[in-house]
Amino acid sequence: MSAATMTPAELKAQEKAAKKAEKERQKRVARDEAAERKRAAKTGFSNPANPTRSIGLTIVCAIFAVYCLFPFVYLVINATKTQADFTSTFGLGFGHTFALWDNIVTVFTYQDGIFGRWFVNTILYVVVGAGGATLLAIMGGYALAKFRFPGRNLCFAIIIGAISVPGIALAVPQFLLFAKVGLTNTPWSMIIPSLVSTFGLYLMWIFSDQAVPDELLEAARVDGAGEFRTFFQISLPLLAPGIVTTALFAIVATWNNYFLPLIMLKDADWYPLTIGLNQWKDQASTAGGQAIQNLVITGSLITIIPLVIAFLCLQKYWQSGLAAGAVKE
Amino acid sequence: MSEQTLGAASAQTGLLPEMTSRHTAQARINKHKADWRGWKFMWPFALVFVFVFIIPIVYAIFISFFKKQMIGGTKFVGFENYSRLFVDQQFWSSVWRVALFTIVQVPIMLFLAAAMALALDSMKLHGTKFFRISTFLPYAVPAVVSTMIWGFVYGAKYGLVGSFNDFFGTNLDVLAPDVLLAAIGNINTWEFTGYNMLIFYSSLSTIPHSLYEAASIDGASEWQIVKRIKLPELRGSLAITVIFSIIGSFQLFNEPSILQNMVPGNAITTYYTPNMYAYNLSFSGNQSNYAAALAITMAVITMAIAYAVQLRSMKEQMK
Repeated sequence: MSAATMTPAELKAQEKAAKKAEKERQKRVARDEAAERKRAAKTGFSNPANPTRSIGLTIVCAIFAVYCLFPFVYLVINATKTQADFTSTFGLGFGHTFALWDNIVTVFTYQDGIFGRWFVNTILYVVVGAGGATLLAIMGGYALAKFRFPGRNLCFAIIIGAISVPGIALAVPQFLLFAKVGLTNTPWSMIIPSLVSTFGLYLMWIFSDQAVPDELLEAARVDGAGEFRTFFQISLPLLAPGIVTTALFAIVATWNNYFLPLIMLKDADWYPLTIGLNQWKDQASTAGGQAIQNLVITGSLITIIPLVIAFLCLQKYWQSGLAAGAVKE
Repeated sequence: MSEQTLGAASAQTGLLPEMTSRHTAQARINKHKADWRGWKFMWPFALVFVFVFIIPIVYAIFISFFKKQMIGGTKFVGFENYSRLFVDQQFWSSVWRVALFTIVQVPIMLFLAAAMALALDSMKLHGTKFFRISTFLPYAVPAVVSTMIWGFVYGAKYGLVGSFNDFFGTNLDVLAPDVLLAAIGNINTWEFTGYNMLIFYSSLSTIPHSLYEAASIDGASEWQIVKRIKLPELRGSLAITVIFSIIGSFQLFNEPSILQNMVPGNAITTYYTPNMYAYNLSFSGNQSNYAAALAITMAVITMAIAYAVQLRSMKEQMK
């Protein structure tokens, strides 16, 4: 049966079955490998692709993993505390009351629900800024990898040089220029600088170089496809893992950006989450300000959850994408 | 292919059919002529890049030669801002601080990252996948959040350090002025070790496994494989991580500026790092011309160091 004659339901069922088979295959492989290790331990022979697991090394790495993960644990635990419990009880133990839901509700209602506004702003900056940055990086990287156009070498030199220019050298003049054009304190001041991702460009250049064969492009051109059609129909699907990696890193850079909004935005209504949270945190140290550390911590937790989930779900893609990027140094 | 498909393709891309056909025909005839097709894809990036990078840099260089005056507005002063910077004690103290920070923190972080990458790549861990993701996860946390968490942890009043002091009767203060830089270094190490680990790990995973098999059949020990195959492979990505880390720590801003209000007293001054100094000069001090000179100087220093390191590592690779 060809794919064209199948109903969507059948296709879905087929996909599910394929996934299940793949899962079972992986289980079998893991079982076989474990058996091989057992045999190898007995005979003293070791396969370098499947060595004996070391408990000592695992423990050393576990110590490091604890170091990496304990701030997350601290954040989750303290998000369940009231302000009074936060200042009075042990940091890694739970408080007297379980206030997680109260905290979440208060975070979204405090100061007329400005946190929700910050969240929407952040999403706007990420979708337009990081989305645009990804698109520009894909196209630029593709151009650098697949065409020998006049000025290509100059592009390289300038971009590599630009990577080493400190952000502050740019931020101050960027601010002054944006102020002249009247763009400061608008979403554009956050979005336009986010559109450039030199790391993404580098990644997409290397990825296009490897993933898109020249012969395929030639074939499409001989068949009469225009450059853009070749790009969208032939190259883009081949570039998928690299695109996910580039997008993910652009999203992190924009979502976590602190310096840019700090200088560009004065109006709290346009703040992204990072600046908003910092303002809440500083409220404790201003004269007469009410300390709201419980809200700061719960807000922080809400801020990082989307990115953590994205990284966990897209593991397969960004790891293979980075691996490809590392081939060429 | 028929004329129709070509038309459809051009319609899709919004180009006139005659333009496309003439263009490809021309490309076929004059192969030696410049091939401008790449710019069709390059121009959007180049345009934004010029607007966001090139023009601001040129503008920064331009305004660094001027000075705002109480009377008479802005005046051209030549290199006066630079010569003033050269004798500015606050500026140099901030430069030395980030230099010290770089010399200590970057090697520790990269050593941890490389060790972790080697451990993951050895496949000798129980639960490799778990370790890979858990050590990388801090990278997904914004600097604001990670600095705040660590700031709360460091707190001597109600942080973990405070609890530790209560329990053991000690009097530790990791936010005291003389250890503050190390406390900030720890935050940075926490944030970026996983990211560097992943770069190392990616380059290790490109080594074909047949190489290890061949080596072990030839009687190479585990350490020999690490020393002769894996470490040389890491050297390439080391150059990149070193440069990015140097640039990153010379630009140190987020962590100290967020921590500023959490540290008792005035331990974090307005000129704690060059970036903080430039920020405070231009946004609180209204001295954007002087700040521009500072930024340009820092850019030159950073680039010089980054290139020196890169050149050295490249020379080593040539040997």
